[in-house]
Amino acid sequence: MVDVTPADAVPPAEVGEMELYHPHSWWTKYVFSQDAKVIAIQYSATATAIGFVALFLSWLMRLQLGFPGTFDFITPEAYYQFITMHGMIMVIYLLTALFLGGFGNYLIPLMVGARDMVFPYVNMLSYWVYLLAVLVLVASFFAPGGPTGAGWTLYPPQAIMTGTPGGQDWGIILMLSSLILFIIGFTMGGLNYVVTVLQGRTRGMTLMRLPLTVWGIFTATVMALLAFPALFVACVMMLLDRALGTSFFMPAIVEMGQQLQHSGGSPILFQHLFWFFGHPEVYIVALPAFGIVSDLISTHARKNIFGYRMMVWAIIAIGALSFVVWAHHMYVSGMHPYFGFFFATTTLIIAVPTAIKVYNWVLTLWRGDIHLSIPMLFALAFIVTFVNGGLTGLFLGNVVVDVPLSDTMFVVAHFHMVMGVAPILVIFGAIYHWYPKVTGRMLDEALGQFHFWVTFLGAYLIFFPMHYIGLIGVPRRYAELTDMTIMTESAHHLNSFISIMAFLVGFAQMVFLFNLIWSIRHGRDAGGNPWRATTLEWQTPQTPPAHGNFGKELPIVYRWAYDYSVPGAKEDFIPQNVPGSFIPSREPA
Amino acid sequence: MSVILVFLLVIAGFAGWWLSHQRLTAKPWLEQGLAGDFVGLERSALPTAKIGLGVFLAVVGCLFSLFTSAYFMRMGLPDWRPLPLPRLLWLNTGVLVLSSVALQCAVIAARRGQTDMVRLGLATAGLTALAFLIGQLIAWRQLTDDGYLLDSNPANSFFYLITAMHGLHILGGLVGLGRTSIGARTGARPQRLRLGIELCAMYWHFLLFVWLGIFAVLAGWAATFVSICQRLLT
Repeated sequence: MVDVTPADAVPPAEVGEMELYHPHSWWTKYVFSQDAKVIAIQYSATATAIGFVALFLSWLMRLQLGFPGTFDFITPEAYYQFITMHGMIMVIYLLTALFLGGFGNYLIPLMVGARDMVFPYVNMLSYWVYLLAVLVLVASFFAPGGPTGAGWTLYPPQAIMTGTPGGQDWGIILMLSSLILFIIGFTMGGLNYVVTVLQGRTRGMTLMRLPLTVWGIFTATVMALLAFPALFVACVMMLLDRALGTSFFMPAIVEMGQQLQHSGGSPILFQHLFWFFGHPEVYIVALPAFGIVSDLISTHARKNIFGYRMMVWAIIAIGALSFVVWAHHMYVSGMHPYFGFFFATTTLIIAVPTAIKVYNWVLTLWRGDIHLSIPMLFALAFIVTFVNGGLTGLFLGNVVVDVPLSDTMFVVAHFHMVMGVAPILVIFGAIYHWYPKVTGRMLDEALGQFHFWVTFLGAYLIFFPMHYIGLIGVPRRYAELTDMTIMTESAHHLNSFISIMAFLVGFAQMVFLFNLIWSIRHGRDAGGNPWRATTLEWQTPQTPPAHGNFGKELPIVYRWAYDYSVPGAKEDFIPQNVPGSFIPSREPA
Repeated sequence: MSVILVFLLVIAGFAGWWLSHQRLTAKPWLEQGLAGDFVGLERSALPTAKIGLGVFLAVVGCLFSLFTSAYFMRMGLPDWRPLPLPRLLWLNTGVLVLSSVALQCAVIAARRGQTDMVRLGLATAGLTALAFLIGQLIAWRQLTDDGYLLDSNPANSFFYLITAMHGLHILGGLVGLGRTSIGARTGARPQRLRLGIELCAMYWHFLLFVWLGIFAVLAGWAATFVSICQRLLT
């Protein structure tokens, strides 16, 4: 092992130590904790729990789609409620919360060499507000009328009308309140992530020495801070429309023979606000995944990341461009053709930095010493899945192709591949990668192999046929399609097949959950740095890292995060905190 | 959506300026050690709390830009009937300016170490901000008495919504100001007190700026200004 405590090489510290909050009791240590690592675990556990609810909802939907008419309890109203809650939970309460609240909280302070987030108290509040948002969301399942069934985009006017489940009951009110709470909580956390990267970096950690994971999470957080207000505005205005009878979004409308008191509002205004948040949201989820996957590939291929600078620039470019493409979700809303042309162009331009990233991942693998560990398997699966999902995105980015496909299952298949499966694969890879740091034990390898292969192959068996179903014209958003001429017998068979695969993949997640819990006690002892990685989180004196992360002295960074297989060095990795003169060479000079 | 895009362009310009000072063209794989080149690439000399507040204000700015964007888009629809703004808003604006000035005086006094002036400045700022909020409530009352209800026209809805949002932000600021004032009474460390007052002042000036912006929008001057610009350009 490389000696990681070069005591005499440390120049006097110029960076003042931060004031760290020290817990006094069990409550402040484990429950109302201000330690980012504990908050990260709280965030992750809550997000995973609510994520399993969403998984269960997707099973119920697949029961209905695969075997229509068999299950009486799934009424069309219930089906819409399942769709809505599944989408909303997965996109916001699982993916956003897990990537930024979970991985962001755990990895940012450790990776930049800080003792904690810069505003620990606000960080703690962030989690509790998030938990409150989740509870309000869950409460809507038990409210009279059930949760909202407006579709995850909550488009008015239907979202707050009688025909929609929860529209005139509590469902939509609880949904909007929960989102408002989520955004308030996220803003508190987001401030921490951004300012910690700006101000919490240890000596020598310049921006260009940050691991790409931090770059991804940092840029995604900046985007989220600027994009979530749009959802906030949309939610507040819709809440007023629903509760106080204003007409921000509600046009004059006759409902069941009754003229409603609304008049003149613009549903398109809501769509603009929603997608001004909604499109950056895709990259808020994707950018941390990009960053994490870069680190996984580099570490497990024992090779420096190819084109680090390009990777950083691409992350920044994607972050900036993602704010000017939102209307490509609204091609079918009847917009001016020139607008469609503009947004199609910007959409296709995003493919350039994204393609740069894909090429760089592949070139990092090229001639690498590839270890097919579980994190690496998930990272490779991500690249394939992301390319597949991204290519159908190029189809849908063009107005003329989007218009006929927009309301079909093709779109469902596309965004599940690119925004559902791909980031989830990264989350799994990242959990297998960092679990040893969080718990000190490895996850079980055999269960991991099972989990990976069933999830990866199963996801393809679910979503590839779905593209075909979409291409023959099967529309999305319908609970029952049995009597339509478009539903050929083969389409029915495919639907049943997809459903069975969905149950199988869901089952694999139960195995994963079991592995997570079982390995806390029974996993193989991991040691401090099982993957022989260079980044700072693996160089902590204790595993799991203790309160304050780095013991007495903060680490000092002498090199970038990707010194793998450096020619001449004895080990195939050099941690970031090892100065040049301390690298043992293969042949003593 | 043009207002929010312009706002984001400003943010992007600022981020670009900052990034351009971070040597993004460096080749980190060739550079080892703690060379002197890294001076200025580490954390900023500004207090962390100030940077945190700055980021938060960017988010707040984003929020109000989005409300303004929505305002302009909704305004174009035929059922829009602008409401007459109460004269009282002018007085309220004056009171809010006074509040900002008082806080700025407190900042200057804190830099000079004049404790009495600090307390006076903080108290004046707090009272005038409260007076502003009460003034806004009276303005609401006048409007409802004249029959301009929240749900009777979108212009009214926007007026109540945006002023309420701004008022809530002032209210949140008052909590911070209250904590700082308690610190000033109980004799907190001068360094910390000064920072607290500076943060309050920063927030106050920003909210004043936001108020002037939304006042211009609600009164219709902003729309007139934009249409004049458009005519000049075409």
